[in-house]
Amino acid sequence: MSATKRLGAQTIKMQYPPTIIASATIVGEKEGKGPLENTFDKVLDDALWGESSFEKAESKLMRETIMLAVEKAEQPMSNMHYILAGDLLSQCIGTNFAVRELEVPFFGLYGACSTMAESLSLATILVDGGFADYVVAATSSHFCSAERQFRFPLAYGGQRTPTAQWTVTGAGAIVVSSNGNGPFITHITTGKIIDLGIKDANNMGAAMAPAAADTILQHFSDTGKTVNDYDLVVTGDLGKLGLALTDQILKENNLDLQDKLNDCGLLIYDIEAQDMHMGGSGCGCSASVLCGHLLKEIKIGNMKRILFVATGALMSPTSTQQNESIPCIAHAVTIEKELR
Amino acid sequence: MTNLMTYFNAFWVGGIICVIGQILIDKTKMTPARILVLFVTMGVVLTLIGVYEPLVNLGGAGATVPITGFGYALAKGAQKAVQTYGLLGAFTGGVTATAGGIAAVILFGYLAAVAFNPKEK
Amino acid sequence: MKKYTKKEYGKMVERSAPKTSMFQNLLWAFFIGGAICVVGQLISQYFRNRGWSIENVASGTSIIMVFLGALFTGLGLYDKLAKFAGAGTIVPITGFANAIVSPAMEFKREGYILGVAGKMFVVAGPVLVYGITTSVIAGVIYYLIR
Repeated sequence: MSATKRLGAQTIKMQYPPTIIASATIVGEKEGKGPLENTFDKVLDDALWGESSFEKAESKLMRETIMLAVEKAEQPMSNMHYILAGDLLSQCIGTNFAVRELEVPFFGLYGACSTMAESLSLATILVDGGFADYVVAATSSHFCSAERQFRFPLAYGGQRTPTAQWTVTGAGAIVVSSNGNGPFITHITTGKIIDLGIKDANNMGAAMAPAAADTILQHFSDTGKTVNDYDLVVTGDLGKLGLALTDQILKENNLDLQDKLNDCGLLIYDIEAQDMHMGGSGCGCSASVLCGHLLKEIKIGNMKRILFVATGALMSPTSTQQNESIPCIAHAVTIEKELR
Repeated sequence: MTNLMTYFNAFWVGGIICVIGQILIDKTKMTPARILVLFVTMGVVLTLIGVYEPLVNLGGAGATVPITGFGYALAKGAQKAVQTYGLLGAFTGGVTATAGGIAAVILFGYLAAVAFNPKEK
Repeated sequence: MKKYTKKEYGKMVERSAPKTSMFQNLLWAFFIGGAICVVGQLISQYFRNRGWSIENVASGTSIIMVFLGALFTGLGLYDKLAKFAGAGTIVPITGFANAIVSPAMEFKREGYILGVAGKMFVVAGPVLVYGITTSVIAGVIYYLIR
């Protein structure tokens, strides 16, 4: 049997496009003060959320978000066939501890900040392939737990460089199902790892831009779609500099997305007023913007078809210290209001 | 030198040493840890070649409070001890002269860590 | 996607990178760094007025400055100042105290032995290693050329 759902080199087209039947997102205080404040299900006012460590707080964030999404899907947790999730912490402890109490078959993923698109891609494949009726795709990040793992202690008096981004405290979860009337996931373009030699872990936008551009170009070439087919092409957490670089690469490859190209890291904060330098980053960045703002816009019909391109910088504190460059990835998912 | 003048000198000497650090951070993307290591080492070297001492005489705390001053104290302590104890002094002098600061950093560092919790920014 | 060499892309990033207002940074570093040194001068003047020896004045001043650095770090104020002051707060000995207290505080959850005490010198340890090592070498050189 040959693979009949493939489209071009890196894209697959769903035969029975699965539906996003519910989504939920919980974010931290800073995110709740940004321009998307009304699109989140819950905004925390305490970074620890009553827990004794930031890692535990992140786990709780993930667990509560998954539970909320499943509740909004009006299904018992036991109906979930799989949970696909991951986070930024070493060995994905944020996720593993969150899922511990849920008693659902689980695949742990690591795609750094691309995890929302990665988990959504695989959930869609499982449902479209007839392996599951309900799958949860989720991811989280927490400013404080990420900061201590990847950078410096919170109270350390270092200066953030101008290209630095701010790790979003937030989690997003989506329930993908075989039954439902949209929004539908119709296409998935899986990215390749691209590394153009950027070593500065405080300039992840620049490191990830080529990966984002590559996946977007591949998607358009595989599907034969044009700019006019989309209302929005939204990247995960490139930030200001990364988005400008992506746009430049796309144009040099004859793809002009005009004003349809945007980035979740720019949408989530009021960059100037909140002093966010280049914008938001982290798994929770694209996840909370997708699960709140973007899916709401699609449901009410303000957008008919979007390409969600979550981007991930796949370095570790060890590789950074060893002066290695940053391998990056981007996965794209097409989300449509209705099937045409 | 008037009393007020010593404060003014401390201000600009200290300020300029910090500005050199800031130029290194902005221009070379050196991390703060590297800046500190470079500065303490420079403090030792400059003291050895006799450049730092005049700066201390001029700037007072402006030259001793920056981390280069820690290097100065280490080197000067080593030199003094060498004069009294010979080669052994090279080993004992530096740490002896800076013992107060090092013990304070450890004690207050520990106490502060026990007493306070980090706050989210 | 057309192929970009790492060099080409590096240049592209450099061209698009945001330009920092270095002058403003330098001004902040100068004034805050200078101000911290003035505090040091006040403290050492106090000890000098009490008739302490030069060595004791230096030690006493370091101890008080370190105490202040640790206190302000604990209160969560030092990093707020450092955001503007940059090297103005990193270079003075108070910054050394900040580099010790911040990881110690952060890793309290990992216990008092390997957490607090172990992580204490993550940033500041190298300063002691290089400072003490070069001072011993300087002492030996001084012994030889004296």
